[in-house]
Parts: sequence; C-alpha cells; structure tokens
Amino acid sequence: MKNKKTFIDPLIDNNPITRQVLGICSALAVTVKVEQALVMTLALTFVVAMSNTIISLLRKYIPSSIRIIIQLTVISTLVILIDKILQAYMYEISKTLTVFVTLIITNCIVMGRADAYAMQNNVKDSFLDGLGNGLGYGMILIAVAFFRELFGFGTILNFQILPEFLKNGLMTMPPGAFIILGLIIWVQRSLTSYVEE
Amino acid sequence: MELLVHYLSLATKAIFIENILLAYFLGMCSFLAISKNVEASQGIGKAVIFVNGITVPLNWIIKTYFLDPGALSWLPITSLSAVDLSFLAPICYIATIAALVQFVEMFIDKFSPKLYNSLGIFLPLITVNCSILGASIFMNERGYTLGESAVFGFSSGIGFYLAIVCMAAIRFKLRYSNIPDGLKGLGITMILTGLLSMAYLAFSGIQL
Repeated sequence: MKNKKTFIDPLIDNNPITRQVLGICSALAVTVKVEQALVMTLALTFVVAMSNTIISLLRKYIPSSIRIIIQLTVISTLVILIDKILQAYMYEISKTLTVFVTLIITNCIVMGRADAYAMQNNVKDSFLDGLGNGLGYGMILIAVAFFRELFGFGTILNFQILPEFLKNGLMTMPPGAFIILGLIIWVQRSLTSYVEE
Repeated sequence: MELLVHYLSLATKAIFIENILLAYFLGMCSFLAISKNVEASQGIGKAVIFVNGITVPLNWIIKTYFLDPGALSWLPITSLSAVDLSFLAPICYIATIAALVQFVEMFIDKFSPKLYNSLGIFLPLITVNCSILGASIFMNERGYTLGESAVFGFSSGIGFYLAIVCMAAIRFKLRYSNIPDGLKGLGITMILTGLLSMAYLAFSGIQL
C-alpha cells in the first residue's frame, strides 16, 4: 500500500511540475512535438530513478557538507550516459533536443528528489519515488506537447489531424509554451482543488 | 572598432533577441520561485550576472586547453595529443560552476560583507540554475572565442536580470487583482511570462 502511494502520489496530487514547481525549463523547451516529449520523458525518468537509487545506496556514506557536489557527480555521469545512448540510437530526435538532454543535470526534479527524498529513504522507496516523479513530469510534458503540436502543426506524432489552414505559428514559439502550461496548471489545480497563497 | 561592434551586437542578441529566459526557458525554476519579491529578484539577478560572467570564459579555457580533441598537445607527453575528452564537458562545466560558486561565496564573505549580504542566500542556489550551465553549453555548441564567451556570459546574465525584475514588478501589481483560485501563483505567472515573452518576440525581427 505504501509502495503504491509512493509511486502514485507524484503522478497526480504531488505532481513535480504543477505542484512542486520543479523542472519547468525543459517542460517548456522540448514540447514542440509529442515525439520529443516522449524521448525526453524516457531520458529524465531513467536519470531520476537511477540517481535516486544510487544516492539512496550511498546515503549513509555521504557527508552532508559536500552532498551537493556528490549528487551532481552521480547525476552528470548518468546524464552523459543517456546523452550518448540517444546520440547513438536516436540521432535525429537527439538533435532536436539540443542542449536540453545535457541540462537534465540541473533539472530541479533530479536534484530535488535526490536531496529531499533519496537522502532519507531506503533504496526501494527511492527508486519508486524517482519513477513516479519521472512519469508525473512526463504526463505534463506530453500534455503540453499534445496541444502545441496539434495547434502549431496540425499533427500528432507527425500524422496530419487538423487541416493546414488552422496552423497557429505562435504555438510553436515560446509564448505558446508558457500559455499552454499555464492553462494546464490551472486545470490540474482546479481538479485537485489546490490553492496557492 | 569592428571588434567592438561585433561584441555589442552579440550582447544585444543575448540580452534581448535570444533572451536566455524568455526564448530558451533556462533558469525558470528560480525565476518562478523568486520573482515574488523585487528586492530578492535583484539579488539573484546580480548573482547570475556575476557568476555567468566568470564561469563562461573559465569553462572556455577548460574546454580549449583540456577537453577539445587534441587540446592536451601543449603537454610535453606526445601520446596525449590524440586524446579527445569532449564527452566529459558537462561534468567538468558543472564541477567548475559548483566549485567556483563555493569559492566566490567564501571570497566575498571575507572581503565584501556588504555585497555578501545582498547576494547572500542566492549564491548557493545559482549552482543548480540551468541558465548558468546552459550558457556554458551554448558557448560550447556555438564555438565562441574567449572574448565572445566573456561578452556572452555577462550579457545573458543581464538578460536574466531584466526579465526577472520585470516579472517581479508585474507580480507586485498583481497582488490586488482578483484571480481564479486554481490560477493563483504559478498558473498566472506562467501566462504572464507568456505575454512577456511575446513582447520580447518583437525584437526577433532585428537582424544583427
């Protein structure tokens, strides 16, 4: 029961993007197309689950004064790994993700979960927490990408859905990302009836 | 003279046209968390200018003399000249940033307590601010020279400063508005940032 809660909680109620306000940068940048968002979700979920596991394994040996540097080292090693894997097997998509795969290093979700959760909890819980947070992030990412691709290009996963003349160029540009994410946050918070003071 | 014009246009580009925050979405986390307060926004803005202005050229030096293919050829050992360490770039950049931030914090605590108080708690936060690492990675990808990377680092910091102070001022006004419950805080800030970024899009017609 507790395992299930650790995993489900970050998906809806305690979503990393809409509730904890972490990892917004990439949620905006790599959501021009659904395809990108899927790959980014995969990369981030891998990094956050693995880094949570590793940090949790090492938590008794990490002195608290230098914990940030140690966490960053673990995270950047994982990020370099996933970056090279993407470049090797999904070259085209990894080109469109540009710097944002490398920037997973400073994605607040990874650091935040490592520092706030994995440093205090056992390996299994930390792994589940990482997985849940990665997927919770992915949900929002895919939702934003869905609307941006649908209205910006008229396609979903590159299949034409809307006719050409309905394309709205603003959606593919930064303002579209901000506004769509703002609206999604509104919907999510209304559903979970959370009010920020 | 030509060099000066080149640097100036690079700076204008980094501050307005390709604003690191509003066009590349870097540094959003601290932007959203801190823009509640104008004073604090100025603090973190200054810290970003300061740290970015130092780390980007520093990372350029590390990249050119240690990481690039063949960069180690200045060492007397000939077998090292073929070594390519560029895959280590991200980890080296973040290590430089973390170490430098720690060092700068100790240094200004000792020599300028006044500056330390105004930057204070924002310096440690800077380590995990994506706009700092992002600027270094852009420097890497775009192949800037040392001078260019110094100008770029400094002016992308100024771009961040402008955007965050502007946002803080808007949010200050917003305190007295009647906003739907679910939209309070993060939601309305996102939409406002969208409008702000739309205003910055107006610069994108400028050719430099």
